[in-house]
Amino acid sequence: MSATGTALVLRRGRFSALVERRTLVFTAVMLVLLLALGLTALCYGDGWTSPARVFAALSGQRGGPNVMIREWQLPRVLAAVVFGAALGTAGAVFQNVTRNPLGSPDVIGLDAGAYTGALVAITVLSGTPARLTAGSVLGGLVAAALVYLLAMRGGVSGLRLIVIGIAVNAMLTAVNSWIVLRAELEVAIAAVGWSAGSLNGLGWEQVRIPFCVIAVLLAALVTRAPALHQAALGTEVAVGTGVRTESLQVQLVVIGVGCTATVTAAAGPIVFVALAAPQIGRRLARTSGIGLLPAALTGAVLLQSADLIAQLLLSPVSLPVGVVTTAIGGCYLIWLLSKEVRSG
Amino acid sequence: MTSRLTARDLALRYGDRVVSTRLSVDVPDGALTAVVGPNACGKSTMLRALVRLLRPVEGTVTFDGTDIGTIAAKRFARSVAFLPQEPSAPDDIRVRQLVARGRFPHQSLFSGWSEADQEAVTGAMAAAGITDLAERLVQELSGGQRQRVWVAMALAQRTPYLLLDEPTSFLDITHQYQLLALLSRLRDEGRTVIAVLHDVNQACRFADHVIAMRNGAVVAEGAPADIVDAALIKEVFDLPCLVVPDPVTGTPMVVPTVDRGSIA
Repeated sequence: MSATGTALVLRRGRFSALVERRTLVFTAVMLVLLLALGLTALCYGDGWTSPARVFAALSGQRGGPNVMIREWQLPRVLAAVVFGAALGTAGAVFQNVTRNPLGSPDVIGLDAGAYTGALVAITVLSGTPARLTAGSVLGGLVAAALVYLLAMRGGVSGLRLIVIGIAVNAMLTAVNSWIVLRAELEVAIAAVGWSAGSLNGLGWEQVRIPFCVIAVLLAALVTRAPALHQAALGTEVAVGTGVRTESLQVQLVVIGVGCTATVTAAAGPIVFVALAAPQIGRRLARTSGIGLLPAALTGAVLLQSADLIAQLLLSPVSLPVGVVTTAIGGCYLIWLLSKEVRSG
Repeated sequence: MTSRLTARDLALRYGDRVVSTRLSVDVPDGALTAVVGPNACGKSTMLRALVRLLRPVEGTVTFDGTDIGTIAAKRFARSVAFLPQEPSAPDDIRVRQLVARGRFPHQSLFSGWSEADQEAVTGAMAAAGITDLAERLVQELSGGQRQRVWVAMALAQRTPYLLLDEPTSFLDITHQYQLLALLSRLRDEGRTVIAVLHDVNQACRFADHVIAMRNGAVVAEGAPADIVDAALIKEVFDLPCLVVPDPVTGTPMVVPTVDRGSIA
């Protein structure tokens, strides 16, 4: 390992990589924080259990409370981490593509579109989990295409796309309410409970498919990460240094929508994480441009914290985590909007 | 004159706006070529077509006889580097990080950061005279310093061809001449350099080959001493002038005959 300024050159055999010192420290701190939050969440079920008991349960000991921890708390904690990371990454992808901190899937209507797709899958097609995921991804892609086509007319500028996205978001939210109102009572109750975005009642059965889909999408994204960062230099420099920007953008949008929609299918639209995680991560890790890894780590920490708050706030009633993220996110969005409008 | 990078019968358009209809150009190998012409005459557009930023509606640009549209993106970027007019840097990027981005076409997903990368970045920063700025944030630099950082990034790409769109625009006069001297040095090292330049006198002093454009077409091209005269300047820029030998280099020097009284 050798140092040049604030960067480190890591060597392992013939492979070497240039890593910023601050990014390393940030990653380590976030991982420790995530472990601590995850352990705390595992300790809290119907009431508090000791960490020793949690470790015993995780190491495979039998017994009633241990099963609870393994079958109920563990998938929920993992869901918070994986979904948080997926949302944070999707936010980073879209903020990179739109080159605007407001260009996040939850703001420009992609979450709402995914939810529309999922609602259609439930009400019309009697949704199995696979259909739900497919409907959700399809809804998200249609929303993305809609925003893109509307924003295309007269040139794509960052803020124009955002404003149209916000309008599409409002329209789709209205459509979603309409579908719920028209649905049969049981379906409607289930849909509304889920509309705030919630990790309540997620077991292994519900998270297995989403975890696999997200793993594939994130792996695909890792291979495109260098090009994504290069594209942050603007189309001209990116093309000049060998990035195929047009096909890259399409691939990134599909991956980003895939991540958001998969989470929406499993847990409903959880807003704010995709919006805030990339920006918070960027400021903490002080990366150049919006990094994917900081966004993923921050997203995981944010969603895990929000879910803990949701469980503890009105205990023993567990709030939908989306209520917590909306409350925090609303304030953040107002601040960001006023800042963006002022800077033009 | 040999030429690996050539354009034949290009029709260039932005949407409905036609820039060029039948544009052909050969970039002479191993020379420093200056492209001159009035604003909006299609200089930048031609450069963009030569580096695949703009797909010609008709005609082809070829590199070593191959249509550049069919060459793999990174492979092309290892041969031809392009510095646009006003590139924008991401927030919070340091000088050495930005220069390192020039290594992108030489890297693959698992190649990591090599000795060659480090050497190219160090060399490029030294050549552009920004070694002492390495740890500074790009957003905190002056316009002139920033321009030299971008030049360093293009140099770090280590390509035999270097295309620059108005590289002297944001530089003060000293740094303009330093940059032009740097481009001459690169030419002496065997690279082919094409730059859009505003100042015809600088073009004549430093370039081996001048391409004069107007209304999307090449009006004249050749060695400055052979083509630059009062008639050409009148035709290209619509500017009455005398052309006299540059007292320092003997190359053509444009002296406008417009004075305070004659501008109505």
